[in-house]
Amino acid sequence: MSVNSSRFDSAIGWSTRPDAWVSKGIRFVFSAVAVILFCGPLLVIFSGAFDHNPDPTKLSVVPDSPSLINFQVAAENRIWHYLTNSLVIAGGALLLQLSVSVFAAYALARKKFRGQAIALLVILATMMLPEEVIAIPLSLVIGDLPLVHVSLKGTLLGVILPLGAWGFSIFVMTEFMREIPAELEEAAKVDGAGELRLFAQIILPLCKPALGVIAVFGFNMIWEQYLLPLIVAADPSDYTLTVALLALRSDDQVGTGIVLAGALLALVPSLVVYLSLQKSFLRGITTGAIKG
Amino acid sequence: MTAVQSFGDTRDVGSTASGGGAVDTHPVRRRRRRRLTGATFIPWLFLLPAALIFLVFKFIPMAEGIRLSLFEVRPFLGDVFVGFRNYATILQDEKFLTASWHTLVLAGGQTVGAMVIGFFLALLLEGHTKSLWFVRSAVFLPVVAATAVIGEIWRLFFYPAPEGFLNELISWVGLGPWEYIHSTDTSLVSVMFVGIWKHAPYDMVLILAGLAGIDRQQYEAAAIDGASTPQRIWNVTLPALRPVITILLTLAAIRGLRVFTEVYVLTGGGPAGSTDVWMTRVYTTAFEQSEAGLASAGSVLLFLVTLVLTVSVQWYRRWKEAR
Repeated sequence: MSVNSSRFDSAIGWSTRPDAWVSKGIRFVFSAVAVILFCGPLLVIFSGAFDHNPDPTKLSVVPDSPSLINFQVAAENRIWHYLTNSLVIAGGALLLQLSVSVFAAYALARKKFRGQAIALLVILATMMLPEEVIAIPLSLVIGDLPLVHVSLKGTLLGVILPLGAWGFSIFVMTEFMREIPAELEEAAKVDGAGELRLFAQIILPLCKPALGVIAVFGFNMIWEQYLLPLIVAADPSDYTLTVALLALRSDDQVGTGIVLAGALLALVPSLVVYLSLQKSFLRGITTGAIKG
Repeated sequence: MTAVQSFGDTRDVGSTASGGGAVDTHPVRRRRRRRLTGATFIPWLFLLPAALIFLVFKFIPMAEGIRLSLFEVRPFLGDVFVGFRNYATILQDEKFLTASWHTLVLAGGQTVGAMVIGFFLALLLEGHTKSLWFVRSAVFLPVVAATAVIGEIWRLFFYPAPEGFLNELISWVGLGPWEYIHSTDTSLVSVMFVGIWKHAPYDMVLILAGLAGIDRQQYEAAAIDGASTPQRIWNVTLPALRPVITILLTLAAIRGLRVFTEVYVLTGGGPAGSTDVWMTRVYTTAFEQSEAGLASAGSVLLFLVTLVLTVSVQWYRRWKEAR
């Protein structure tokens, strides 16, 4: 009976018995194919970036003649400058996004106040509004901020500020904060803890798992930004690394290897963040999609 | 401890003072009052940063976009109100019509393709062992890599000469050489292919979550009834995945309609406009032809379509649940 029940650990009925060589073999072969198909292309970026003179006709996962020349030439093409732009934007926008989300979620999840339902509805509305749709008027707003009449065009702040609030992470955080038992808060209040102390020392430490989720999603969302840095840039030196890749490729003087070196530098941060916060990421996808 | 207490006290005094003159000093009642209606400005204070950013960078641009869509925008000369003429122009514009057709084909193909591949990946990789977890993590990497990076590597693979990487590969099975994104016949399919490659692992994760929720006894029962594996998948697994599939379809369709980066980095809408989609068209109209009014009308139309799509799926789900 126990053998029978373990047979349906998976929908397809992969056998989990140690002697089921056929089932295991088939699964191994297909898994290997899947890994090659989905990871292979990314490995090619690695090898091409370190290859002395990668030829688009002879791509491989091992560099032919390993060297760092591509990065040297890429440095002459200001690749580190673009990477710095990207990193400053990612760091600044992520920090802003995390704090804004945590603050907003605290009010939405732990307080009862007039207009709460409307506030939630407004945030939901921002999630139904695709970024692409407002790109054109946004470029005008960034060129002349309402009331203060300051132009953020060509500044990194012009990319950071619009990314500072994200409905998705506010929602994930709110859902999570709702689960924290009210007794903890009550007890702290009896002890005479004020609003800020309550927030910083009781609620916030309990939110670490959710912080991981919104951090990894936030980073991914910010790193993926393309249209926004493109329209905020006043000239090519304002580009982020991802936007600069296209400009690099269009330059006839720049070879494939240099573009791949840039692509590698744009790939590594997302890999590092994903691999270090992987569990949060996969958990976030399922909860986020089902809630949203 | 005293510092903490005094800090707490000052906050308390402050919030009571502004709480609409709550003079009740009974400690228990005061606390309950605060919890229910309380110092109403405190929640808003916490919401202020989000509200400010949304207002300036989402709602004002949206309002501005709707306004601009009704004007002929002439920098330095002053805008002229033209009513719905921009909308009429766009809906009659040959290029926008072609672009909307491309967008629908691309969105549909990517949505279905990514879901089918994601489904097979999920079936293949369902399970609890460490090695399966490793394979799943590896397969997921295209989702986290930035689209611009993916675009660069696939452009290289799509090298059109017979010695190109993909052409070399398909020549082993007697196909090709193809020109991929460089020919008007194959460019749209090639872009679609890259999109499927990037999004299939994402669908896989959601389908895996759906698979995990299926009652194993249903499989047992089907096996006892003598159902074959395909029959079991068709009659037990797929119906149980219906909610997940609905969510995936909605998410992917909306993502597909607003597609920009993939097309922009792979082909820029070319060759000869054969991969031009709605958003690349809007972008060209706004920033290369400097027709902000027309481009805004295009954005508003896209917004309306995604809105109708989202709302109707929500209604359909409610209606389905109610039955």
